[in-house]
Amino acid sequence: MKADPRGVLTGTHFLDGDHACCEGALAAGSRFAAGYPITPSTEVVERFASRVPTVGGTFIQMEDELAASITLQGAVWGGAKAFTVTSGPGFSLMMEHIGYAAMTETPCVFVDVQRGGPSTGLPTLPAQADMMQARWGSHGDYEIIALCPNSPQECFDLTIKAFNFAEEFRVPVMFMMDEVVGHMTEKVVIPPADQIEVVPRQHTKKSVADYLPYGTNVNQVPEMAHAGEGYNFHVTGLTHDERGYPNMTPQTQDKLVRRLQNKILDAADRITLLEEERTDNADVIVVSYGITSRVAQRGIELARAQGLRVRKLRLITCWPFPEKRIKELARTAKAFVVPELNLGQMVREVERAAGPHARTVSVPHAGGSVHRPDDILKAIVEVSR
Amino acid sequence: MINITKPTDGQPVAGNVVEPFLRSDRMPHIWCSGCGIGTTVNSFAHALIDSKIDLRTVALVSGIGCTGRVAGYVNLDSFHTTHGRAIPFATGLKLANPKLNVVVYSGDGDLSAIGGNHLIHAARRNLDLKVICVNNLVYAMTGGQTAPTTPGHAITSTSPYGQCEPSFNLPHLVEAAGAVYVARWTTFHVRQLARSIGEAFQKKGFSFIEVISPCPTLYQRRNKMGDGLDTMKYYKEKSKVRHGAPTGEVGLTINGEIVVGKFVDRDRPDYQSLYRAQMVESLGDRYIEQPDIESTDLEHPEESCACS
Amino acid sequence: MGVWERPPLPKGGFPVPKGRVSIVVERCKACGFCVEFCPTKVLALSSAFNSKGYHPPHVVAPEKCSGCDLCGMYCPDFAIYGQKVAEAKGSAKPKAEASHES
Repeated sequence: MKADPRGVLTGTHFLDGDHACCEGALAAGSRFAAGYPITPSTEVVERFASRVPTVGGTFIQMEDELAASITLQGAVWGGAKAFTVTSGPGFSLMMEHIGYAAMTETPCVFVDVQRGGPSTGLPTLPAQADMMQARWGSHGDYEIIALCPNSPQECFDLTIKAFNFAEEFRVPVMFMMDEVVGHMTEKVVIPPADQIEVVPRQHTKKSVADYLPYGTNVNQVPEMAHAGEGYNFHVTGLTHDERGYPNMTPQTQDKLVRRLQNKILDAADRITLLEEERTDNADVIVVSYGITSRVAQRGIELARAQGLRVRKLRLITCWPFPEKRIKELARTAKAFVVPELNLGQMVREVERAAGPHARTVSVPHAGGSVHRPDDILKAIVEVSR
Repeated sequence: MINITKPTDGQPVAGNVVEPFLRSDRMPHIWCSGCGIGTTVNSFAHALIDSKIDLRTVALVSGIGCTGRVAGYVNLDSFHTTHGRAIPFATGLKLANPKLNVVVYSGDGDLSAIGGNHLIHAARRNLDLKVICVNNLVYAMTGGQTAPTTPGHAITSTSPYGQCEPSFNLPHLVEAAGAVYVARWTTFHVRQLARSIGEAFQKKGFSFIEVISPCPTLYQRRNKMGDGLDTMKYYKEKSKVRHGAPTGEVGLTINGEIVVGKFVDRDRPDYQSLYRAQMVESLGDRYIEQPDIESTDLEHPEESCACS
Repeated sequence: MGVWERPPLPKGGFPVPKGRVSIVVERCKACGFCVEFCPTKVLALSSAFNSKGYHPPHVVAPEKCSGCDLCGMYCPDFAIYGQKVAEAKGSAKPKAEASHES
């Protein structure tokens, strides 16, 4: 389905990542946001608050992130595409409701513009230290999808992708920006609406008698209904059966959480977006994401200038983790170098996937600024010896 | 004439006017013998019948707790959300589809403790929500712990020597926060409660109806107050109807008088009216009102698609 | 007749509302609300058991039931309800509407 032109600001713009993300949400068809101010994410909802009354939607600033993260889900069940934005401390507060969205299969987007942590940390400076939290932050077994843009243009494009994944898989999608990508201003090209593909709400076409709120077929994703249509359905965070009724037995639990996991993992090939250079036989593969990938680009160039055989692998989708690709590459590569703005998070996944077949080296950074290209070069050189 | 029916569990019962409002396939419910929550559901159902409201537009949102289980038992679009967050969920539902009549049906702990912040902000905003707060003076589901509404000196599982904290006077709290309709009844006042719920449906803005209810298994037992029936008799004897009473004077004590009635019924513009007025004033023609959510035509669901 | 005068009471006797109680035995948890709050004391807890071990109520004074459904409104378990039956006691003629003719 094509985007609704009323929400698409077609043209060539000079925008920062936060603003581009807001435009992406509008282009994707989102007409509801509930937010709470937190640096460095606030601009996303400030722009939404100013744009959405002229597009036909609602923004409400709630009293805290706990409220914002569930208000958007109420709006989804009322029929809207909805999202919220936050940063570290707010992301921590939202964890219970991310779990609720995963359990009730509420399609929505949570934007986390990462900053230095833990706790209040560095409100105006970057980090990438919420990556594990995005995957494991809420209690229980569930899967989410996490995307990492590395430019304002990607903040626009990938936000649309995030909404599309959310609708297709009925899952909360974590949009993991960082403070630098959020606050850097670059050219952002927004195409005409008829060139933007959006996935509509997977609304059921069944009658009231036939509709099962959590009944699924082979794609493992149930069809949705909205409040106010007469379906009289029930949504609960308790372990539930196909009717949506609480059914707290080990059998139902097993069936439900495995399906919540498998609906994502079985489609991982489609969900894991990567940017790779197709150079043959690299000794070293630099795995990076977000703003670090732009510094890594320079580090790779410097290493190649020294004659080293290096290749870039950028994670656009961080979760589900592309372990299949890492496993493949581990067979021929000597080592993976993983620079991140944290003390080692995604590198653990790389190491796990690579196993004994290749060395995995972390290039950590406590946050507050980005790596220097030399830091990454140094690691590449060392591992190449 | 008597008529004793013995349906097996989960069979619908014809003839009871409340039955169509229940998910019969989930009966009998989990509430204890003598618990008043089911009684409040009868009043709620009667209010829906008498107000002739289009049931498709009614959405019920609850939190966690014994009262929170109401969402699972009523035959409406119902949402059993997280602890304390029924009100913000209901906010999102209402703002996305203003045609819905959104009812928040939850307990005293859920609404005034963990959910307290959301309670006061929703009242401040005067969101068009109908909040039914069943107040059994404890956290019942988890075993009878102290709640902000537990009266002083009462014994609970986390105040085994007697509760020493001052307790909330909920009608006073929500009136101060901005609610336009505030009433309190007990589970003894079944008809008055139904009438109050009906009045709340006619009102635009934040309505709050507190219903004092027994929790015989926990609160009454630990405080040696008898069972559910004894409590209902206590409500009958000790409650005093004082419509329009100043809410500052209606606080509850462990075995004192219970002031009931309709305390507040005033008019203030509701959130959506204020929002629209502000937007129109600032933006004029540029303001585009949120389009109606297209509803699926249930007669021909395959032909229509409510999707954005 | 002026608006301030009440219509006269019907000569043949008052129609007394009649009702019938239905009890859903398996849902009952024997809380006793219906027995206590029935205005005409139609019910009492029986000595029978349902499968959960509770004593459901039974009707002891059926002729007194007016079908007011207060039992239904009070029952927390949706296990009892009253319905009106279309039967008038006393004289056949007078019905509720007749008293408003003037």
